[in-house]
Parts: sequence; C-alpha cells; structure tokens
Amino acid sequence: MKEEERERRLRERDIARIRRKKNRPFTFVSVFFILIFVSLIGYLIYFDAVKSDDFINSPYNTRQDTFSDRVVRGNIQSSDGEILAQTDVSEDGTEQRNYPYANIFAHAVGYDTNGKSGLESEANFQLLTSHSFFLEQMKNEFSGKKNQGDTVISSLNADLQTTAYNSLGDRRGAVVVMEPSTGRILAMVSKPDFDPNTIAENWDTLVNDESNSSLLNRATNGAYPPGSTFKIVTALDYFRQKGSLEGYSYLCQGSITVDDHTIRCYNGTVHGQEDFYSAFAHSCNCAFADMGLGLGGSSLRSTAEDLLFNKALPLNSYKTSKFTLENNSPNPLVMQTSIGQGNTLVSPMHMAMITSAIANNGVLMKPTMIDKIVNNSGDTIKETEKSEYKRLMTNNEANILGKLMKNVVENGTASALNGRGYTVAGKTGSAEFDENGSSHSWFVGYSNVDDPDIAIAVIVENGGTGSEAAVPIAADVFDAYYFD
Amino acid sequence: MINVITELSKYVILTLMIVYTFHCFYMVWRQDEEEKKELLHQQLTMIFFIDFTAFLVIYLKSMDFKVILFYIEMMIFFAAVQILYRIFYEDASLLLLNNMCMLLSVGFIMLCRLSLPSANKQLLIVAAGSAVSLVIPVMIRKMKFLKDLTWVYAGVGVVLLAAVLVLASTSYGAKLSLMGIQPSEVIKITFVFFMASLLCGKVNFRKVVLATIVAVLHVGILVLSRDLGSAVIFFVTYLVLIYVSTRNPGYMFLGLGGGCVGAVIAYHLFGHVRQRVSAWRDPMAVYQNEGYQIVQSLFAIGTGGWFGMGLCQGSPEKIPVVKNDFIFSAICEEMGGIFAICLILVCTSFFLMIVTIALKIRNPFYKLIALGLGTEYAFQVFLTIGGVTKFIPMTGVTLPLVSYGGSSVMCTILMLAIIQGLYILREDEDEEIETQRKETIERRGKRATPERTGYRQNP
Repeated sequence: MKEEERERRLRERDIARIRRKKNRPFTFVSVFFILIFVSLIGYLIYFDAVKSDDFINSPYNTRQDTFSDRVVRGNIQSSDGEILAQTDVSEDGTEQRNYPYANIFAHAVGYDTNGKSGLESEANFQLLTSHSFFLEQMKNEFSGKKNQGDTVISSLNADLQTTAYNSLGDRRGAVVVMEPSTGRILAMVSKPDFDPNTIAENWDTLVNDESNSSLLNRATNGAYPPGSTFKIVTALDYFRQKGSLEGYSYLCQGSITVDDHTIRCYNGTVHGQEDFYSAFAHSCNCAFADMGLGLGGSSLRSTAEDLLFNKALPLNSYKTSKFTLENNSPNPLVMQTSIGQGNTLVSPMHMAMITSAIANNGVLMKPTMIDKIVNNSGDTIKETEKSEYKRLMTNNEANILGKLMKNVVENGTASALNGRGYTVAGKTGSAEFDENGSSHSWFVGYSNVDDPDIAIAVIVENGGTGSEAAVPIAADVFDAYYFD
Repeated sequence: MINVITELSKYVILTLMIVYTFHCFYMVWRQDEEEKKELLHQQLTMIFFIDFTAFLVIYLKSMDFKVILFYIEMMIFFAAVQILYRIFYEDASLLLLNNMCMLLSVGFIMLCRLSLPSANKQLLIVAAGSAVSLVIPVMIRKMKFLKDLTWVYAGVGVVLLAAVLVLASTSYGAKLSLMGIQPSEVIKITFVFFMASLLCGKVNFRKVVLATIVAVLHVGILVLSRDLGSAVIFFVTYLVLIYVSTRNPGYMFLGLGGGCVGAVIAYHLFGHVRQRVSAWRDPMAVYQNEGYQIVQSLFAIGTGGWFGMGLCQGSPEKIPVVKNDFIFSAICEEMGGIFAICLILVCTSFFLMIVTIALKIRNPFYKLIALGLGTEYAFQVFLTIGGVTKFIPMTGVTLPLVSYGGSSVMCTILMLAIIQGLYILREDEDEEIETQRKETIERRGKRATPERTGYRQNP
C-alpha cells in the first residue's frame, strides 16, 4: 500500500512537472504583463511625486480657479517683508485684490483678473491652496468661512525694484537683477507699465494700446538686438577656436569694408593698434566684424546656441532668442551679427542669465522668483531649492570673459562704474534699431568681481549709447544694493 | 458641512479600495475555502460601501433625486448579477466577478458625476450585455463547431473593418463606428477566435504565415482608419498567441522587429501618427493643437495629487472626451493617485485571473481564446492608462468596464462571459477526467484512495 502511494505521488509530480513546462509560455506572458502594469504604477508615482509640479503650476492650468470658492487668495511678499499683493475681504464677503506697490511690480507680480501674469500666474496653485492649521480649517468649514491661502515669499527685493523703477524713470525699457550663485531674481522692471489695482477698468485701453504695449513684460518677452553686448558671445567663440586671447592684434582704422558693406566704429572713432582686451573694452566694431569673418557663421551659431539662443529658457513665460547665421551666410550679415546687429534678437532676461553664468563660473542656476511658500501662520510649507540649470561654458571660459568685462569697467566704456566702493565687470551696448542710427542703450554686468553678488541687465529703448543711459541705472542699483 | 463629508468620503473610499485591492491578491495565497468565501463576501461589502459613500456625496453635491434613483437601479443590477451568476455559472470565478463589479462601480461613479444620462445609458447596456452573457456558457458547451469556423472569423473581421474604413464618418480624427456601433470591439473577439482555431492544432510554418497575413490585414485597415489603439492591441495579441502556440520565441522577436519597422513606416507615412508622437514628446509645445487633450489630462492628474480633490470637487469636464478615453484622468483628479494605483492593481488581478483560467483549461482552442482575450484586455488597459499619463503616446482607447462607450463595455462583458464559460467548461473537463480515472482504477480492481474530495474552487 505504501509502495503504491509513493508511486502515485511520483507520477503526480511528473505530471505536474510536464504541465509546468507546457505552461511556461503562459508564465512568460503573465510576467511580461505584470511588469507592464508595475511600470505603469511606477510612472504614475513618479509623475505625482516629481513631474506634477510643472503641470500644476502651468499658466494654462485653469482648474485651480475653482479653488477660490473655498480659499481666500494668499499674499505675495517681497524677500524684505513688504506686501506686494493681498486680498482684502470686506464685511459682505466680497474680495478685492490689492497691490500696495501699484505700478512698480506690475510685470513681476502681475495681475489676477482678466487672465493672469507674473507671480500671480506662476504661483496661482500655491496662492489658492491653504495649509493653515487643520483645526482652523475644520472650524472654517463648519462655519462656512473660506480658508486663508498660503503666502508666497518672493525673491524680489522691494528696495532694489523701487530703485531700478525710479532710475529708469519715464523711459521705456527693462531692468533685471539676479543672484548668480542661486538664480534668485531680485528685481524685474519693465516699462511702460500699468497699475494692477485698476487693470479690470483699464483693460480695453491697455489691450488696444499697441504703441505702448504696456502689458508686455519687456524683461522676459522683449526681443531686442543685443548690440555690443553680443561681443561677449563673439569673444567666447574666438576663445573657443584659438584657445587664447594673447596673440590677438588688430589695427582699427575707424571702418572696415567687405563685399561692399562697411562697418564703422561708434562715431567713426579710429582705435588704432589694439589687443583683444582693448578691442573689447572700447567695443571696437571693426575688430569684432573682422573677427567674426574669421570665426564663420556655423561656429558662431554653435557658441550662441550653447548660450541658449534659439533654445528654450528655464522660465515660465519668455520669448525665445533668435540667432540666424549659418555656414553659408553672406559676409555682410556675419559682420553685422558679430557686433550684435543683423537678425539677432534677445530678451534682457536672457542677457542677465548669460551674465549670471559668467559670474557663476559658467554655470547657469535655474532662475526663480519664489523663495518659499508659508502658511498663514508663517510656517514654511515649501522652500525653493537652488538648482543648476546648465553649464553654459567652462570655468576657464567664464574667467576669461570676466577679465574682459572687468577691463571694460576699469579702462573702457563703463568706466562710470569704476571706483564706487565695489568692483564691477560688464559690457555696454548700443543697439541700432532704425535707419537713422537711433539706438537702444544696453548694459550687462555683475558686481563684486571676485565673489559675485548680483548680475544685472539694463536696456533703455532709444537711450543712445550704453554709457549714456544704461550704465547710470546699473550704478543706481549697485549703490542701492551696497549702501542702502 | 457638505464639504466636510466630501473631504471625509475621500479617505473612506480610499481605505475601502486599498483593503479591497489587498484582498484581491491575499486571497490567491489562501487555500482554505471557507476563508476565501469570507474574503469574497467582504469584498462585496466594500464595493457596497464605496458605492454608498460616493453616491451620497454626488447626491449632496447635486441635490438631484435622479442620482438616488440611479443608485438604486445600479444596486439592483449588481445584486441580480451576483445572484444570477451563482445560478447560471455555477463554480464561476467569483473574484473575477467581484472585480468586474468593482470596475463597473468605479465607472458608474465617475459617469454619474460627469453626466447622469450617460450613466443611465451605460447601465442599460451593461444590464443588456449581462443578460445576453447568461446564455453564453450554454452556447459554448453546445456549439462544438465553433472551433471549425476559422475562416468565417477572419472574413467577418476583415469585411467589417473594411466597411468601417469606407463608410464611417470621422470622429476625433478616427473612423470608428458604423450606425453607433464600433465593429473593432466585436472584431477583438472574432480575431481571437480566428487565431485560436487556426493555431490550436499542430502548428506548422504555413499556419503561422496564414495567421500573419490575416493579422496584417486587420492591423493595416485599422491604421488606415486611424484607430491606432485597436491596431496595436490586435498586433500584440497576434504576437502572444503565435508565441504561446509555437512555443518559439523567435517568432515573437521576428514579429516585434516587423512591428517596429511598421511603426517607423507608419510614422513617416501618416500625419496622424506623427501628431500623436509630437503630442507625447512635448505636449506643452503644441498645447493649442494636438497637445491640448493630454495637457488637460496631466493637469487633472497633477492637481488631484495622491488623495484627489474629492468627488465633484475637480473639473474633469475640462478634458475633451473625458467620459471615454480619459476617464482614468478624471478618477485621478477626484479620487486621487493612490486610488488610481489600486485601480491598476485591480486590473492586474483581473488579468491574472484570466490567465489562471487559461492555465487550467486543457482544450487548446479554449485555452488560446482565454489567453487571447486576456491579452487584449491587459494591453488595452496599458494603452489607455499609459496614454493619459503620457507614459506612452496616446492611442485613444477606452478603459474596459470603466469608460463610457456602448460597444466597448458590451464586448468586454461578453468577453468575460466567454472566459467564465470556459472556466465552467474546465470544471466539466475535470469531472470527466476524474470519472475516467476512477473507472480505470476500478477496472484494475483495486480500491482507490479518496485523494480528492470535491473540487477545489479556484478563484
């Protein structure tokens, strides 16, 4: 009997084994699909944990607006504690968004009616989410009151912003100030501007006023010819090709003609014999036009694209900068482009980012206007971590460009910034925009050259040369940063 | 006050769902019949409470008496299905039945919240489908000739699909339906029957070539009709069935290679394929055009977060065709990411139950049918969930049993009925074998030791 039992068990085991083998393809198919389902779950977790922020905060995401039925929109504060936007709730429950600084932060903080812009758009989700103490939330729910939305602490500095705003005066243009080591944006001014307190009433006028386009944030969405500030790019391309600036020399005769096209130095000045440093410091057009011909269109393009021309920028709203040279571009266009004219267009914000990268040893930090989110009792909910966006150039290249720009302040077109109690490296520009030779005034630069504090980009529309209009504004901002 | 209930309901529903999902897998480990029965009952209770909570919230939010009416109708339907299955499908897999009720419940909740008329229509179709499915086990048992209709299945499939391509009007960029019916859903069943009947015997190279030709015809016509989702589902089912019946992975790799080449050609040949890919790569860049749907879907999933906004608290109606292809995004938005993960796990359990059934069937024809239908189900789930979460390019297929869509839900219920029918058949087979064995043993004149008492009911 025992014998038989054993035999039967063995036989059953054999059958089971044969069956298992026969079913092996089924096992493979099941495992395959289980893996597929697991990867779906994994991706969903990844999306919710990591990616979802990008989508939640997108200005296209209007589903947050329904939150306002249950949450009072939170405040926006500057990093120095000033209230930039708040919602006043009156006795009968009507809400009014109030901007104490009115026009000064118009574009940076933005508006919340008739669409959204600026921080109001970028931080919409946070402003309409309440992290107040849960008992308080419970109490509000039962008594039918709204909860208080979280407060956004911005990196914007009210003092610097006001200085830049006043310094630009009633001229058109833009000023961007950022911290190279963190990417924090300290000031962002654009003019002409508007009063966000009355935007609903004035909406039709503002939208239809094409001659001013006050709603346009020129800092991020303006498209200007870079003028001589672009010589930074040309210089970088030269350094990349030759490996050194030392052997360079050029004899400037005030103008250069190639293929019947003539480029002149500003005011026809003859700079004479120059090395690289002096050509850059005096912004010698002839030298850079000649240099550009030697470098060639495709090389310039690849360096420009390394600096994010024709590329997406790490900003929520921006105008992509344009650079059009190619391998076979005609010589006149190559010469024009090398000195920052031609078809090249750039936004002040983009120039501030390039300058920041130079100041930060070649690394561009991801620009941000939000320091942290706190709830209505001031507890931190989320802090923006500083993060590297991209290395735009090597450490060495950044050093060389820094030296060139320092020399501009010490011996060149930006000497007004010399000897003010802080060190500055920079580059001026005058970007011609019409046939009469009228030009936008540019300055880009950073202060405290050895351990950079802030980087700045200034443009004054139709302001003349860089040293005339833009440099004094930069000086005001630097002064305010160091002495106020 | 209502807000507090809504807020609490979120966590109640989520907890019930987590326990339900856990039961789905825990049950498979347990051997004790009584315990399994108990767990299955608990699952039903959980479905009941999920529905109760969800419909309470929907009613409080809408204050529409019709919601209660719908809830009662739905409850009657679920009770009827549970009872009738136990009568007509004796020994059917009850876990599979529970999962079906769970998925239908989730679908009904979302549909009722999105549009009550759609929910009513869906319930009607589901009820009709379930009624039809009661006779399917009988049909399978009686109609032994089903196995010999190989070329009828192929013919019906190709002719119907071609008719859609020629006659149907275009909706959402694809030609799908004839007179309100989507033939591609029916053909999912006939295609599997064709493959199974061709490949169930001895498989030689000639049969593989024939299967390939018919499969390519199906897939090709679907691509031309711009029904990319169905095309991919048919293709994957073809690959799986060829692999399983030939036991030769070489065929699968060959087919996979062919599929990749086909995909590349389709990408370059057809604008609508390129659109799907560009919307997948960077939907924000093409937000105004083909990226709109997927971006709205991601907004919904992202805004919902882990715990969801709560029923009737989000705005899923902002997503185009949310009731059909994007129902998963709506679920993520209002019931939350964790609930959605549980839902994927329930779908996984659903698929594994089908494979388990396929494994237990001995008749190769039925075995391949069960596996083929299971593959179609699983891959469709992958396509729709992967698509709306931007894991893979969007192909525009429904989430079976959850999404709104008459043909889709009807055919899925029929599919399930077929699989359950085959499962019962397996029990018959077991019985036959058992009696045969006993007879042999008795013939030997020896007393058989009672090795098995009754039949182990496998969920």
